[in-house]
Amino acid sequence: MTDTAETIRQQAAARTIRLEVARYRPEQDGEPVFQSYDVPLMDDWAVLDGLNYVKDRLDGTLSFRWSCRMGICGSCGMNVNGEPRLTCGTFFTEYGDGPIRIEPLKGFPVIRDLVVDIDDFLVKLQHVQPWLIREGEELPLTAEYAQTPEQLEAYKQYSMCINCLLCYSACPVYVLDPDFLGPAAIALAQRYNLDSRDQGDRFDLLNLDEAVWGCTFVGECTRACPKHVDPAEAIQRYKLTAAIRSILPWSRR
Amino acid sequence: MTTYHAKRDHLWFLRNRTYTVFVARELTSVFVAWTIVYLMLVIDAGGPPSFAGEPWMIAINVVAFAATAFHAITFLNLAPKATVVRLDGWRVPAFMIQGGNHSAWLVVSGIVAFLVLKGV
Amino acid sequence: MRRKRTAEPYLWLLFSGGGVAAAFFLPVLILLFGVLVPAGVVGRPDVAALTENVVVRLAIVVIFTLCLFHAAHRIRFTSEELLNIGRIDLLLAVVCYGGALAGGVVTAVLLF
Repeated sequence: MTDTAETIRQQAAARTIRLEVARYRPEQDGEPVFQSYDVPLMDDWAVLDGLNYVKDRLDGTLSFRWSCRMGICGSCGMNVNGEPRLTCGTFFTEYGDGPIRIEPLKGFPVIRDLVVDIDDFLVKLQHVQPWLIREGEELPLTAEYAQTPEQLEAYKQYSMCINCLLCYSACPVYVLDPDFLGPAAIALAQRYNLDSRDQGDRFDLLNLDEAVWGCTFVGECTRACPKHVDPAEAIQRYKLTAAIRSILPWSRR
Repeated sequence: MTTYHAKRDHLWFLRNRTYTVFVARELTSVFVAWTIVYLMLVIDAGGPPSFAGEPWMIAINVVAFAATAFHAITFLNLAPKATVVRLDGWRVPAFMIQGGNHSAWLVVSGIVAFLVLKGV
Repeated sequence: MRRKRTAEPYLWLLFSGGGVAAAFFLPVLILLFGVLVPAGVVGRPDVAALTENVVVRLAIVVIFTLCLFHAAHRIRFTSEELLNIGRIDLLLAVVCYGGALAGGVVTAVLLF
């Protein structure tokens, strides 16, 4: 046994923290129930490390999504003590002696344990046409379009979105009414609207009761976002754009 | 596929501080409406109406003042979210826009108070 | 997602304009006319004289109407979120914005 593994074993024996994990097994549970697991309380462990410890050592039936462990893939979003968080970037040190309550993201149907069904978001994402729209160009696209730093700066913030859906879970409008287009989809629409290379027009996709006008500006999406996208700002900016275009129909943007 | 759909949380606005502040902010609108109704009564009576001096009435209006002031602070703070001001490519930071808004609010309030109390 | 014409951009502009008007004018007005004057801290202003100028009267009508639209918009959305009554949105909208419009008319009648 290596020294590191020995140290971990000793620490594990010394201190533990309790994870209260929401379990939903459709074949046996009518609704989610909590199951507690004691895992080693390591200073450098994130909540995701705790869940992986459970999965590897304590209970192989626990289901959850994860991949990169570095805040880029956007798949390990869960509700941790009531807040939507990326579990790979949420450390035990934040919670003292615990317990830590881990639930699936709010606002989405639960498939199993901590795994939620995000098909609704994928439909919405497609709705806003999140790609560069060019007019009158034949495939294959070979031309290059250089951008100035200012042109890049205009949309860069919104391009940081990793589709982790923490903002949807944080948004009471979406949780109360899933018809709402939601923070990330609108922010991503703005990412292309503000791109100098884009020639599309998403006005008809965004100027809807269930799109930007559904937002009442709670602002929690921006607080929840781990990538500082600021979806609330994106939505308010498009509200102003859409309102000005509504009274001046010939103006664009 | 069987999935679990959480039931509607009727107390969602108590679940975190942002939600509670949001609802408080939105409910200031009730006092905005009340203030307008009260000012209409003032116009109708040519001054504060006869019941305005009752302690309970003054209490309501103190609350209305607090609510409208809270509205002013929160509303003017949110303004920079909808408008991105760029000066020669440099994005004016939110706190400057907010500071400008609040200064303008104080100046307007001062002018209104001066005009109203000028003849007193 | 349904594609249809929406009144929301216009309602939002009225809401925003009303929000600015309410922020700038209401705290000082309610403090003066609702608290300080009735409590006798300052003397009683002559409201008739203050509203003599037709520009002032027009401004009051506009400001009051905008403030009422602002309140109507927020009351509509907040009651739907708090009370789960989104399905009667059309009725709520008619009552809220209709009330705001009526308030504007009453203000105009009082002043002119």
